[in-house]
Amino acid sequence: MNLLEVKNLGISFGGLRAVDNVNLLIEKGQLYGLIGPNGAGKTTVFNLLTGVYRPTDGTIKLDGVDLVGKSPSEICKSGIARTFQNIRLFKKMTVLDNVKTALHNQQGYSLAESFLHLGSYFKREKSMDEKALEILKVFDLDGQAHYLAGNLPYGKQRKLEIARGLATNPKLLLLDEPAAGMNPNETAELMDTIQLVRKRYGITILLIEHDMKLVSGICEKILVLNFGMELAAGTPEDVLNNPEVITAYLGE
Amino acid sequence: MESIIEQFINGLRSGSIYALIALGYTMVYGIAKMINFAHGDIIMVGAYVLYVSITDLKMPVIPAVLFTIIVCAILGIVIEKVAYKPLRKAPPLAVLITAIGVSYLLQSVALLIFTANPITFKSIINLDTIKIGGITIPGITIVTLVVTSVCMIALTLFINKTKAGSAMRAVSEDKAAAQLMGINVNRTISLTFAIGSALAAVAGIMFICQFQSIKPTLGALPGIKAFVAAVLGGIGSVPGAMLGGILLGVIESLSKAYLSTELSDAIVFGVLVIVLLVKPSGLLGKNRIEKV
Repeated sequence: MNLLEVKNLGISFGGLRAVDNVNLLIEKGQLYGLIGPNGAGKTTVFNLLTGVYRPTDGTIKLDGVDLVGKSPSEICKSGIARTFQNIRLFKKMTVLDNVKTALHNQQGYSLAESFLHLGSYFKREKSMDEKALEILKVFDLDGQAHYLAGNLPYGKQRKLEIARGLATNPKLLLLDEPAAGMNPNETAELMDTIQLVRKRYGITILLIEHDMKLVSGICEKILVLNFGMELAAGTPEDVLNNPEVITAYLGE
Repeated sequence: MESIIEQFINGLRSGSIYALIALGYTMVYGIAKMINFAHGDIIMVGAYVLYVSITDLKMPVIPAVLFTIIVCAILGIVIEKVAYKPLRKAPPLAVLITAIGVSYLLQSVALLIFTANPITFKSIINLDTIKIGGITIPGITIVTLVVTSVCMIALTLFINKTKAGSAMRAVSEDKAAAQLMGINVNRTISLTFAIGSALAAVAGIMFICQFQSIKPTLGALPGIKAFVAAVLGGIGSVPGAMLGGILLGVIESLSKAYLSTELSDAIVFGVLVIVLLVKPSGLLGKNRIEKV
């Protein structure tokens, strides 16, 4: 069954056609890769999926629910979470609070409730802390729960972003260049973490990546974008041996 | 010696009022990245609402106070929705001018309804003066200190310990990322304006109980001074606004008593100039270093 169904997706900024006629079918539980040269429109696709931009044409359906026109916060609640190419943590908040902020807004309680039921407020806060720590543990971040997020080393900040995304309890997790700026060791570790997360939480993942080793190593299917259009789609082997893809990446 | 302590306590009183108002400036700045120059006039609106609900509507004191706070909170939300929200993507100068416009609008409406003649207001706080040793402390001062402390502690807990508070911190850091984590940014901004205006209403009530006179321009001077307090403490920083407000009140009170009444405002603003020369981001403000 398809979790995400994107049909004829397109957006124009003035005269620039940034994304044109993109189709994307992602099955439940799949690990899907989105690749393409710089400026191909990969991040724009993410922004369309998460409601940052409103598509000029096409449909986006998650689990059969139409997402076009919904606000980013509504789309997050319907089950899409993301990380960012340039890390966008809440740097002045603690590691724990970063995750809790995402948790809160998933299965939150209202403001009035937090005043009216102070007893259950403390109980909920406690269970929230436990849940957040559990997620942090998966990423080996529980030891640094009370550090300010901005003080973590780079690789850990990347991991925390994924943890924060997971905390919103998504069906689909979008990772925008999770391995950007990492050394080979960190990348290998990240690949393991992504696999682990997928198994443990049973979620579907769509990732943008430049590191071909990572993409071909863990993705089951790949979509290649070039100039905002689909260039190829299929299994990693098919796609990476496709002459058109090689031309797009390396030139003639 | 006693008189220094008395002046110091006086300074704490006016300083804690400045701090309450400054909190509104700093929270709104943190979240909406704008200086809400109409904030001072909320104090004035609060004063008139309290006056009307007690003298004309014959409400008992506590319901009248609550009513005043609620009216001001709603007014804050409405001002944001009508005047500032449509300008969220506009250049900062447009927002600034709009805020000044809203400020004049509120003053002019008050002028139309109540005229420019000051109204005498009988304080709703009737607590006797207290003597400790040789020090006399007026009842209103004690009530003000207690009320403002409770407000500041409650606000700090709210921001650090609740869901809505963590949403506010998240939005003030990165609006777009917060939105993508499921936070409703519009609601968070409304809530910020509501809390800021409610605190201004409390400050307004304390203010008129002290000075017992209401006029349409009542909010202008405390508004400006609270803004100075917010900048002094580091705009955008909540503890900074509290510190800045109290510091400003104490400096003002001591310089009025021992240096010169006429020059006290000049001294207060002089302190601001010196602090900003040494630490441009304010006492508790963070220096922003752009990474290249």
